[in-house]
Amino acid sequence: MTADFFLSLLAATVQSGTPILFATLGEIITERSGVLNLGVEGIMMIGALAGFLVARETGQPATGFFIGGVCGALLASIHGGICLGLQGNQVVSGLALTILGFSLAEYLGTPFIGQTAPGFFAVPVPLLSRIPWVGPVFFRQDLLVYLSYLLPPILWWLLSHTSWGLSLRAVGENPDAAKAAGLSVAGYRWAGIGLGGFFVGLGGAYLSLAYTHLWTNNLSAGRGWIAVALVIFAFWRPMRAVAGAYLFGGVMAFQLRLQAMGTNLPSSLLLMLPYVLTVLVLVLSMRGKKRGEAPAALGINFEPLD
Amino acid sequence: MIEMRYPTVSRRTAPLGWGSMMVVAGAIALSLAAGAAMLAAHGKAPLTGIWLLFYGGFGSGWALEDSLLKAIPIFLCSLGVGLAFRLQVWNIGAEGQFALGAVGAAWPALTFPQLPAILLIPAMMAAAMIAGGLWGMIPGLLKTRLQVNEIIITLMLNYIGILLLDYLCYGPWKDPVSFGFPMSPTFSPHAVVGTIGSSRIHWGLFFCIGFGVAMWIFLRFTRLGYELRASGENPLAAHYAGLPYRRLVVMVMVVGGGLAGCAGFLEASANINRLQPSIMVGYGYTAIIVAWLARLNPLQIAVAAYLLAGLRVGVENLQLDLQVPAAFGGIVEGLILLSVLAGGFFNHYRLRFRSRS
Repeated sequence: MTADFFLSLLAATVQSGTPILFATLGEIITERSGVLNLGVEGIMMIGALAGFLVARETGQPATGFFIGGVCGALLASIHGGICLGLQGNQVVSGLALTILGFSLAEYLGTPFIGQTAPGFFAVPVPLLSRIPWVGPVFFRQDLLVYLSYLLPPILWWLLSHTSWGLSLRAVGENPDAAKAAGLSVAGYRWAGIGLGGFFVGLGGAYLSLAYTHLWTNNLSAGRGWIAVALVIFAFWRPMRAVAGAYLFGGVMAFQLRLQAMGTNLPSSLLLMLPYVLTVLVLVLSMRGKKRGEAPAALGINFEPLD
Repeated sequence: MIEMRYPTVSRRTAPLGWGSMMVVAGAIALSLAAGAAMLAAHGKAPLTGIWLLFYGGFGSGWALEDSLLKAIPIFLCSLGVGLAFRLQVWNIGAEGQFALGAVGAAWPALTFPQLPAILLIPAMMAAAMIAGGLWGMIPGLLKTRLQVNEIIITLMLNYIGILLLDYLCYGPWKDPVSFGFPMSPTFSPHAVVGTIGSSRIHWGLFFCIGFGVAMWIFLRFTRLGYELRASGENPLAAHYAGLPYRRLVVMVMVVGGGLAGCAGFLEASANINRLQPSIMVGYGYTAIIVAWLARLNPLQIAVAAYLLAGLRVGVENLQLDLQVPAAFGGIVEGLILLSVLAGGFFNHYRLRFRSRS
């Protein structure tokens, strides 16, 4: 294997890790507020479709990307209504959201299968892209990838160093105490669901606008569920999510390269790789010492009764 | 002085009883109305659509048979899923366990096609239930030994199980004369579960009745069934009472996997007569909705399974007559689940309007 092959594989790793990174960061925000949203897969599909359609209609991929996030937040707000408003079961509500989002995207997207929309393409960063090794891998990507480099540190700062972020985490750890301290539990949880849904939607929009550049059914192919698993792998920390997302990006890119090279390995077995890796990663991250770091109130509804 | 009426919410002390059936009925009506609105938005006649849906699912003897045929695998899958839900174990893996069941059943059918049916059919069923049960056991063991989240593991095993089935159909078990289509050779007549009389319904219906009655007896009259119900109500208290919570978790996963595996066996043997990727149509996911609608009561599971099977058949009719994409069924299923969840609020809480001056 030549160095060129290796570099292009690493660049593809970053690219295919990016949608997973957006989704994982979104779910981290939601879960930090104490809400488990298993609708990630469905929200990604809606984000992907909304981004695609808007970019197609307006000719502006950036608008499409943003609207993809907004539609993700809108779909996620159904989860908010059910779990925060009506005290419904968070697991089942999230599953229902996945079924609804996935089917809705497939239903509305049927006439557009195989069609393309204006999207994002690689824009090398001046100077930085000339650095040996680092440049070709990290700085000859599209603009959304550069955006994704900024997000993890920003979210880390938000969650660890701002009073808003600390309050959000307090609501996820101990809502009773947070309420006694005068915080609005429902308010922060709505913010967690909305903001999280927005980022998951962005991850979906990345798929249609920058990854495939065309619409097909099952575009997300389990990436949403992988993101849910990566939140656990990342111990609910934005910076660790980067490592997880690129690990999966690497496996997906590698698997695609192998198929393109015409290997003897059957494609069904190659396609299994990311899912098998998810199982392994989850098992390994539960063997570590830090497994108790889930937000203490995760998945438990808070009753605002008098 | 203006009199204002404020809504206040309080917890219900007594269960809603029959009212909860009303909630489910209302939820289904609401979801169908939303589906009709979507059809209207796409320029299709909404009332015709709903009529086609009903007529396709329940409107004729042929439709009723079709719905019953689809209800069989859904019922078997949700019997196991419901058992796990009762213990607050989120088994989302019926789809993959179903795939493993189909694979397990196909192995003896393709390896020993000359065995007499009296031996071959039980061998296929056993292989299917063992394969499905083992597929369910993996997340059960990972959950109880390492506290690994069973939702994600069961889902990943769905993807892996379906890809394994694909691999066998494209590779080792591919029919040499299938002209490139991914499918196994047709099973020998010895490997096919027959139909009842002159109907199209196969003997799997009696498997459903048998398993349903067995489940009812198990939950109602056995010590283990009692322990399971008690553990589901309050896992922590059950732990302190010395109930074998961890063993129960593994058990419900194995039983659920076995039942879904049996559904895969029936589908491969009686309906398709071979192994092929198109056997996977999402019964395992529909089973989750059925299990949540009906909770654990086998009779309610049967009713809900039949309703959602009818919806699937109705959507096929809608697809043919109005060219509505198949995903329409998924939308209605998702909406039903969401509105039942929303309506569940009225099961647990009481909304009163009090006047304050």
